[in-house]
Amino acid sequence: MKKARVKERVNWPLTILLFALAILLIFGPLYITVVIALKSPQEMGNVLALPKQIHWQNFADAWKMTEYPKKFINTLFITVVTLVFTILTNSMTAYAITRNKEKNWFFKVMYYYFISAMFIPFNVLMLPLVKQASLFHMDNIYGITFLYIIFGLPMNTFLYAGQVKSLPVALEEAAIIDGATTTQTFIKIIFPLMKPMSATVAIMSFMWTWNDFLMPLVLLSDAKYQTLQLAQYVFKGQFATQYNLAFASYLMVLIPILIVYVFCQKWIIAGVTSGSVKA
Amino acid sequence: MKKSRAKVAWPFYMMVAPMAVLFFIFHTIPFLQGIFYSFTDWKGFGNWEFIGLDNYFMFFKDPTIRQTYWFTFKFAFCATVLVNLLSLALACGLNGKIKGRGLLKAVYFLPYMLGTLIIGFVFNFIFGNVFPDLGKALGIEALSVNILGTNKAWLGVLFVTVWQSMAFNTMIYLAGLQTVDKDVYEAAAVDGSKGLQRFFKITFPLIAPFFTINMVLSVKGFLMAFDQIMAMTGGGPGTSTTSISVLIYKRGFDGGQFAYQSANAVILFVVIAVISVFQLKVLEKREAKIN
Repeated sequence: MKKARVKERVNWPLTILLFALAILLIFGPLYITVVIALKSPQEMGNVLALPKQIHWQNFADAWKMTEYPKKFINTLFITVVTLVFTILTNSMTAYAITRNKEKNWFFKVMYYYFISAMFIPFNVLMLPLVKQASLFHMDNIYGITFLYIIFGLPMNTFLYAGQVKSLPVALEEAAIIDGATTTQTFIKIIFPLMKPMSATVAIMSFMWTWNDFLMPLVLLSDAKYQTLQLAQYVFKGQFATQYNLAFASYLMVLIPILIVYVFCQKWIIAGVTSGSVKA
Repeated sequence: MKKSRAKVAWPFYMMVAPMAVLFFIFHTIPFLQGIFYSFTDWKGFGNWEFIGLDNYFMFFKDPTIRQTYWFTFKFAFCATVLVNLLSLALACGLNGKIKGRGLLKAVYFLPYMLGTLIIGFVFNFIFGNVFPDLGKALGIEALSVNILGTNKAWLGVLFVTVWQSMAFNTMIYLAGLQTVDKDVYEAAAVDGSKGLQRFFKITFPLIAPFFTINMVLSVKGFLMAFDQIMAMTGGGPGTSTTSISVLIYKRGFDGGQFAYQSANAVILFVVIAVISVFQLKVLEKREAKIN
């Protein structure tokens, strides 16, 4: 396919092709999004042209119309709380299971219980879950956060299991001999050593909760609990053909994640690939 | 690790038990409830009765279900093939002797970061307003209508899905290609294999495990397609782009078909589980043979 691999010379045609494709396919749609968000409706005659005058009003209008600050805080709360508690609880559970599954049937059963749950997609249990959630008064941001933490368990047990296996048992045995309890050993020794996998779990959890649409759609019917993604869907009808307004709104949802990406992209790519390759 | 029946310290149980109980209540019970209701005629409210396997038998006579499954399988198959072919090609390109690899990687991975719903909305506009204008200006008949309003709407959904999913798959293949030792290629060059032949004989077998991961994750993800369809077509025109997940959502919550769509969900689960296990088994076996 690409022959220049063995040679040391830079393959310029390939480099140029890849940059051209990146500009056309990735930046093209992003350019359209930005340009439309910055235009006034009168300038929509030529969709692709740059605006003559930047129409910031779109952002102000979208901000007010969708109640952006409120939706942003909801989304941020769900994302951050899920992330923190997922790392704390799921790492602990995964550690206990992986360490003991060879010596004790209870942990072995738990391991296969969680791993097999990976095959059950959310769509399959959402109908009864929504009934149950409203019964338990969990159709709000606290309830959905709680569910995110629990639903991440199968995948995260799987991810952490690989990491735990690579840690020598001798470390824990030494700590126990020194008088540390099992809990202290986990907090002081194991948890810090699991940091690389925790980073991957954190990234996956962040991506999932920030961008998720289906779970908020079925669980958060009350407008005051809406997330940013859900709000875009709910306002679809009101945006109608006010494309400038709609795209300003979309852009405000994309910007936080773009900022995170610009600063952490190397880390994110490494985390996502290492997590999946281990999986 | 000691194989003897060592006693497990009680804090270990405490680390697992609360999460296991919660998981059982909020994940396993709804799942079992779904199976249970699939044998009833519950509408989501009011009384219900056991009707045995009637919901499942009704599937075979239901044209909407048939169309939904046909669309979902067709879509998942095409998306899996296209995404994996294109990602592999792109990954080979990014693994070549190029300048600015880091930057290119970051750019090609970008679609993975963006919410599928918003990507769907943006492309909705592109299909509806940008492409038709371009088509008219260039005199291309096929481009001058909004594809999402025609019987080819599924191709529009497919395009967006491939556009977004390539980001992730490409990075996995690239990670795979980077594990291949450069010396292997030199040995291949000495043996005289080149180009595509070298790719299929040497490179591909070495990255087979990465192919397995991508295949399993792709198929599973595409069979559950939801966000992009809700954003782009809402399942239409008619029910031509209604995926299984969209149907469960629409009819299960609003259509008074709680039990019927529960049966649909059970089938979806069986399909995904069988395909995933089958893929893992077959692809792993092939990997083992190659290595």
